[in-house]
Amino acid sequence: MFLINCPYCGERDQSEFVSGGEAHIARPKQPTELNDDQWAEFLFMRKNIKGVQFERWNHVHGCRKWFNVARDTSNDKIEKIYKMGEQPPKL
Amino acid sequence: MSKNLRINNKQFVDETRKLSFIFNGKKLYGYKGDSLASALLSNDIHLVGRSFKYHRPRGIMTSGSEEPNAILQIGNDDALTEPNVRATEIELYNGLVCNSQNCWPSVKFDIGGINNFLSPLLPAGFYYKTFMWPASFWEKYEYFIRKSAGLGKSPIKQDPDMYDHRYLHCDILIVGGGVSGLIAAKIASDDNKKVLLLEDKELLGGSLIYDDSDISKIDNQKSSEWLRKFIDNIKKDKNIIIKTRTSLAAYHNYNFLLARQNLTDHLSVNERNNKIRQRLYKIRAKKVIISTGAIERPQVFHNNDRPGIMLASAVKKYIDYYGVRCGLENVIFTNNDSAYETALSLHKSGTKLNAIIDIRDNSSSEIVNQVKNLGIQIYWNHTIVDTKGYKRINKVTVMRLNDKGNDVIGKKIELNCDCLAISGGWTPMVHLFTQSGGKLKFDNKDNIFVPDKTNLDQLSIGSAKGDFELDDVLKNSIKYTKKFLNIENSNFDKIDVKCSKEKEKKNIWLLPSDRPLSKTKPFLDYQNDSTAKDIKLALREGFKSIEHVKRYTTTGMGTDQGKLANMHALGIVADTTNTNMGDLGTTTFRPPYTPLTFGTIVGRNVGQFFDIFRKTPMHEWHVDNNVKFENVGQWKRAWYYPKDGETMHDAVQRESKAARESSGILDASTLGKIDIQGTDANEFLNRVYTNAWSKLQIGKCRYGLMLNEDGMVYDDGVTTRLGENHYLMTTTTGGAANVMSKLEDYLQTEWPELDVFLTSVTDHYATASVCGPNAKKIINKIFKDLDLSDESFPHMSFKEVKLGDINCRVMRISFTGELSYEINVEASYGKHIWEKCIEAGKEFNITPYGTETMHLLRAEKGFIIVGQDTDGTMTPVDLQMDWIISKKKYDFIGKRSLYRSDTIREDRKQLVGLLTDDPNEILEEGAQIVKDENKKPIDMLGHVTSSYFSPTLKKSIALAVLKEGKQLKGQKLLVPMIDKTIKVTVSDTIFLDKENERING
Repeated sequence: MFLINCPYCGERDQSEFVSGGEAHIARPKQPTELNDDQWAEFLFMRKNIKGVQFERWNHVHGCRKWFNVARDTSNDKIEKIYKMGEQPPKL
Repeated sequence: MSKNLRINNKQFVDETRKLSFIFNGKKLYGYKGDSLASALLSNDIHLVGRSFKYHRPRGIMTSGSEEPNAILQIGNDDALTEPNVRATEIELYNGLVCNSQNCWPSVKFDIGGINNFLSPLLPAGFYYKTFMWPASFWEKYEYFIRKSAGLGKSPIKQDPDMYDHRYLHCDILIVGGGVSGLIAAKIASDDNKKVLLLEDKELLGGSLIYDDSDISKIDNQKSSEWLRKFIDNIKKDKNIIIKTRTSLAAYHNYNFLLARQNLTDHLSVNERNNKIRQRLYKIRAKKVIISTGAIERPQVFHNNDRPGIMLASAVKKYIDYYGVRCGLENVIFTNNDSAYETALSLHKSGTKLNAIIDIRDNSSSEIVNQVKNLGIQIYWNHTIVDTKGYKRINKVTVMRLNDKGNDVIGKKIELNCDCLAISGGWTPMVHLFTQSGGKLKFDNKDNIFVPDKTNLDQLSIGSAKGDFELDDVLKNSIKYTKKFLNIENSNFDKIDVKCSKEKEKKNIWLLPSDRPLSKTKPFLDYQNDSTAKDIKLALREGFKSIEHVKRYTTTGMGTDQGKLANMHALGIVADTTNTNMGDLGTTTFRPPYTPLTFGTIVGRNVGQFFDIFRKTPMHEWHVDNNVKFENVGQWKRAWYYPKDGETMHDAVQRESKAARESSGILDASTLGKIDIQGTDANEFLNRVYTNAWSKLQIGKCRYGLMLNEDGMVYDDGVTTRLGENHYLMTTTTGGAANVMSKLEDYLQTEWPELDVFLTSVTDHYATASVCGPNAKKIINKIFKDLDLSDESFPHMSFKEVKLGDINCRVMRISFTGELSYEINVEASYGKHIWEKCIEAGKEFNITPYGTETMHLLRAEKGFIIVGQDTDGTMTPVDLQMDWIISKKKYDFIGKRSLYRSDTIREDRKQLVGLLTDDPNEILEEGAQIVKDENKKPIDMLGHVTSSYFSPTLKKSIALAVLKEGKQLKGQKLLVPMIDKTIKVTVSDTIFLDKENERING
């Protein structure tokens, strides 16, 4: 059970949050221009790395805000939490 | 207690409080303060169980949670009995009833004991190898194997006990109330930290509290006396919260820990009334200090499992703490100095010690010299090669070790004994450290794994870190704790500690015997009967990973989870394969450290608290009218309303006939409702629904279908335009929360530029849906001034109207195909408006109907239910709903996926109608549809998703998903069931009123 420091509410128990998978995958602005492979890349392909991974989390049982988390998947250490729209930190 | 096994005047046992208990039907006595194990031993009972595989007689071996043999069935009440309880961990109470497990007909004469003599036929992996073929026979084998194995009986009635959960927060959590944990607690408290100290025993102080040795001294006092005063001090400390009888079960990431406290297990049954039995603490600690100590290792030699063979530290604890002699003729077998403490305790208590066998060449430490001076016979460089005595040890055979320690030489020496105290060194309890993700390193000096790297704010101290001698334990605990807490000086900086120091060390994982290994039984895992030769066999058969060896031989898989067996198993694998133990690594330690009861895990979440449920404002009316409820998500939804002993089928037929012929009323309050406002609300709907929303006028409603980005149907519902920039969206009952989340996700992360605000109003409004040819008349009676003409209030439109002071939103929308009005009011008026409708509808036989009838009515019209007729693999095209996909919109969620190579396949499963050739035959939902029964394997073309008997059409109807279904209209297919095959014909999905005339009454 992590402790997650919601950028809007402060530190809360993991049970208040849900994870929304990999961050920084923007929905294509013109999906109709993409061929099947390009669309599949957006739709299905996600990284699964050992090390620091950028993820989206939602404070679903709190302020309902989405934000980004840089988490080390090998030990679940949260390196950085930053708001939607912000650039991923260099780690 | 005829044998004089009790030693009087022990401070931890109250001899003035005699307690009676029953073991295997026999009444016995012990004292307050005894453990069940010490009470049994004081009655000269060692034999308490039989081993799992060979049914060998087994006795009490330890004094703690590592006990592999003394696991008993406690209590004989059908609701309260508990299997697999370690006699060493349970405190004796008056009236305790316990029985041996895994033996029949009795522990003294066990038929399964024959397995012991068949053991050459039962090697490691025997069951895997023997019962593999033919595979279909496994069910028959399993019945007999399980019957003859079986570890205890579970209770067969509901648990009447109460359990509790509680959160705790602290600066410093200390796990283990031995001397190192206590000192750390005091240092932290002196630094003004909030300390939580957990101890699994009833008393603090660990093993030092009953240590009676004259050698170890703290500040020139006997160490146990020093500790006693120190504990008195600690108990007065306001910064330290102490929880005894509390064992840590799990150590998770971010210093989140679970601990279980026993509150009544030590009380007699009639003292437990209405008290909470066990409590689970959910602890968040800023920092954690692990001081869980170490457990002693046995030694591995031929026949090392007989009753009467015990760990040396346990023999010492039974004497010094409980005042119980484990035998009258003792022999000690060791490879280290700590067993000499047991020798001194035996001597002090006047208990006969026949000899000490030590595999080392010599030892020159202070404690060994003291034992030497007592004139006790010590056999240096010797080992035990065999033991005798079936139900209790009576002899050991001793031989000299050769120089390499891999064989025995010389003459056999036989020694008498009724108790053999063995010690193979100590293993730090690193379980919690590794549970928390810590990495271990191997210490070659003591042959132990010790804590190394961790990512958490935690520290291991004392023997849990690998410090075994008192001066190291104290001085290092103080040093590490200060550093951990960033403290310069403590009150313990000048502590003076004296103790014996061990100089000579020697370790042999598998001791040699005069017989070949194949003719011996050197046990590693006592509970699962795995021996050193099983490990070697596994290695010969090609298992290399320690995880595989463990599973193949079942070593370390008993209820003690390898606390005793694992190190020797690793050592033997390392020796046999010439590997360094550090490279080999350990098996994974998983929570819980000691078993938890299910009661503790669920706590208060039982019965009506198992899960929350949601009630609509009309709930009580439904209850008063004999409703049967259906669970939909967390909602209790009206399912059907049986009258005068009607079956569900009868009730549903009556309800749906009434709705079609006159009028029906449904509680639709559970549908998800999302209030959407903002200048971009219209654009937002265009992006989330497949159809176009730009032209929807104020006061009009529209059905929408929502997809996932992968093109699959996600949810559906009607959205009403309440104002220029104001919409009310409805969702399915089950999908409400997810739709809300998904829409928020898109708004916040993909389209933050849109001016749209979403508010969930599901609970704020109640909805009564009145339908049927007489619906208009009923609504007219309630809202007398409302113009209900088709011109003023057509299908798919909405009007706001007042009933007294109540604001009502009336939508003319239909899920049944009948003329239908949905009245939405603020939730608190829900029951009122419902009763108004019932009253107004009386003359039209208004009939309340539930979800089952609703499902039937909509199926007659071919309306889908998302989640019943779809399963996350259906596109709108598969559902034959191409009409709802806007061709004009540039983009909406899922649009691009509708022409992926997979979604444009012609042979996808598609929604169709099915009619049974026999109109009275009702298909089972989920039944498979096939074309040809004879071709094996049968091609499965699809399955039935919805199926009902329509009272209006007087025949059975069904919806189904079928491969290439669109092409198959009119085709004859088969639905094979267990006892018959049903013939069906593929039809249109709309069964009733294709022209949509009923919608206007």
